[in-house]
Amino acid sequence: MSDPLFSKKNLKLLTTPLSDSNPITVQVLGICSALAVTAQLKPAIVMTLSVMAVLALANVIISLLRNTIPTRIRIIVQLVVVAALVILVDQVLRAYVYDVSKQLSVFVGLIITNCILMGRLEAFALGNRPWQSFLDGIGNAAGYGIILIIVAVIREILGSGSLMGYKLIPDSWYIVNGGFYSNNGLMVLSPMALIVVGIIIWVQRSCSRKLIEN
Amino acid sequence: MNRNSNTYTFLYAAIMVIVVAAVLASVAIALKPAQKKNVEIEKKQNILASVNIESTAANAEDIYKKTVVAEYVVNTKGEKVDGNAFTNNLKQQRAAGFDKMLLPVFECKTNDGIKYVLPVYGAGLWGPIWGYVSVNDDMNTIYGAIFDHEGETPGLGAEIATKEFQEQFKGKTLFDESDKMTSIVVAKVGEVAPEEHKVDAISGGTITSKGLEKMLKDDFTGYEAFLNKNKK
Repeated sequence: MSDPLFSKKNLKLLTTPLSDSNPITVQVLGICSALAVTAQLKPAIVMTLSVMAVLALANVIISLLRNTIPTRIRIIVQLVVVAALVILVDQVLRAYVYDVSKQLSVFVGLIITNCILMGRLEAFALGNRPWQSFLDGIGNAAGYGIILIIVAVIREILGSGSLMGYKLIPDSWYIVNGGFYSNNGLMVLSPMALIVVGIIIWVQRSCSRKLIEN
Repeated sequence: MNRNSNTYTFLYAAIMVIVVAAVLASVAIALKPAQKKNVEIEKKQNILASVNIESTAANAEDIYKKTVVAEYVVNTKGEKVDGNAFTNNLKQQRAAGFDKMLLPVFECKTNDGIKYVLPVYGAGLWGPIWGYVSVNDDMNTIYGAIFDHEGETPGLGAEIATKEFQEQFKGKTLFDESDKMTSIVVAKVGEVAPEEHKVDAISGGTITSKGLEKMLKDDFTGYEAFLNKNKK
């Protein structure tokens, strides 16, 4: 290891997934959970943190094992590591932070099927050292989380008139109370998440020309 | 050893599986007591919440001891029978069939008098939903209600677990003027039902709302004899 811990090259592992190689908007991975957990901000944040924990740890473990894993069953090994970590996280949450674990409920299980995890393990951890893999895991989870949070903020404000569960739109504005405003019911449904993600991709591509294919 | 040989692959897989299984099993066993405790405390908090008493995970046990004056099990003929109300599993009871069903009742002493807490259990869209409904000693008027779910859609069906939805149940009645069990109608916009038996459904959460309506109807039918017997 000749590189210092936070060399320019290593920091890049953290920052590129936030924009130019964003797992959701550029690699288009992990879309399923991005649609499912973004109706409100709170589950989106908790999901981001859980994915971050699991992805960073799984990356490190696979990276440590990378020279021993038989190539023919490498996907199975990755899957076992991810599944075991997810169950561990779930069990610990249930024992010590019961409230949070109840909120996550099905989402924790969804982490196993998140394509970003397998994608990063296969593309990065199998060929890189543990520290770099750790940074790559944190970076990609953050890139995933940033999109989740943006989508969730848009959907919760427009769909429920609140943020983190706190009301933003005064009750008197609503039509039922004699006002002029009504929440957009379409926003709380999953198709709207897809449209919002699509708009984000569109904006990002028009800002960053190099992402546009010929 | 050659990393691509069959022996290596089989050995690797076998050892990996055993290690992972051992780790997961020991973690599960080590954390079991703490998890069980959490579930018990949550149930106590839910029962207390259904009679409008707020509690935290720390003080729930103390308040529960003071508030719940009696716990017993009744059958669908309204007779008290032997059994543990707290560990009673409504899902299993439902499977036993209507005549053999044993239903738990929690009698709570509150500042407004004695309330009867009736647990309910049913199906939502993605999984089970359940709740605790407390009635006044007229065995008709709902004093408070709390519902929860395993995995309903956040923002849609999951709204049954919010205060706004649950507040609607207060003061609604279970029996109509001719003493017939009508339960509660979870009504969509435009659905007609008498005001005293009606709450508003959740928009975008129709299947959960209707599941909740069916759950109340089914379980209150089970409690009907008990309620009639103890009417004052």
